[in-house]
Amino acid sequence: MDKISPKKHHRFLTENTDFETRSLDAVCVNESELNHPWWYNLKYLFPGLLFGIILVKSEVISWFRIQEMFRLQSFHMFGVIGSAVVVGIISVWLIKKFKVKTIYGEPIEFVPKKFNKGNVYGGLVFGFGWAMTGACPGPLFAQIGTGATIIIVTLLIAIAGTWVYGYFRERLPH
Amino acid sequence: MNIPDWFKQPWPWYVAGPLIGLMIPALLLLGNKTFGISSSLRHICAACIPRKVPFFQYDWKKEMWNLFFVAGILAGGILAATLLQNPHPVAINPRLESELLQYGIRDYNGLVPGELFNWHSLFSIKGFLLIVAGGFLVGFGTRYAGGCTSGHAIMGLSNLQFPSLVATASFMAGGFLVANFVLPYILKL
Repeated sequence: MDKISPKKHHRFLTENTDFETRSLDAVCVNESELNHPWWYNLKYLFPGLLFGIILVKSEVISWFRIQEMFRLQSFHMFGVIGSAVVVGIISVWLIKKFKVKTIYGEPIEFVPKKFNKGNVYGGLVFGFGWAMTGACPGPLFAQIGTGATIIIVTLLIAIAGTWVYGYFRERLPH
Repeated sequence: MNIPDWFKQPWPWYVAGPLIGLMIPALLLLGNKTFGISSSLRHICAACIPRKVPFFQYDWKKEMWNLFFVAGILAGGILAATLLQNPHPVAINPRLESELLQYGIRDYNGLVPGELFNWHSLFSIKGFLLIVAGGFLVGFGTRYAGGCTSGHAIMGLSNLQFPSLVATASFMAGGFLVANFVLPYILKL
């Protein structure tokens, strides 16, 4: 964890109480130091709601679009992901450059990700599943919302898959 | 409610992609949250079935925002399917259409093919493989990789993280292999 400078504002980035496990994760490292009551989390329903609508309306959670993507038969998915990344890169760059703060005045900080072999093995395994189900985790929630109730099974099994990974984690190559 | 027709049409990539990209600054500004969805599955494990597994021994309540975020996605799905529903079936590449026709897939009305993903097919080998085995690979693989399309391909790449580039390339390679060389055999079952 030597990459993390002791000058960071957030104590959890320097103390690293739980960083060893969390460093492998996509999220979990950027928690707030402010102690807000739980209902402050309700605001995250709104970006979620918007994201769900975008996922459905752009058809990126359509099984058919995923098949097109993996058969290189359509530019749509690549266009969506590519332009999202471009906007994301610009946003992150602007936030870093102007040291933009959160709405509560906290500095926004980024934690570098450390490479491990799981990025490859797990990535391949997820790719297999993505081609079969036509969905990554976010789309599973949106698909259920659109009324495809059978996807509840897929979601529960995906949760089970995450659990099995957690259980065997120490014995898997990383 | 009177919702304009263009709004109900499928949104082109150059509208949807940038909007998805804006999720990143939105979550960062709202409270230093990094965009990522597969972690919600981990938090659900930690909340419901931690069973002394160290990987699930953490204060999931601190990550509760992620669960609200996915609840929002679910609600977004409901809203999009009711108020904003596109009356036309998904328009796909004719080559894919003729390929899928060989396997008896004709229903383009839903986001998933009705012939493959339904409660009845769950008890067939084909349905079981796609719904159950596929779901397992998604849940296992995303956590093993440390993120999914949102956490790695969108958030990670936006922050120019090399591991995320490797992970994204692996997602694509895995999906390419299965969609082209394995899925046809499953669909033939």
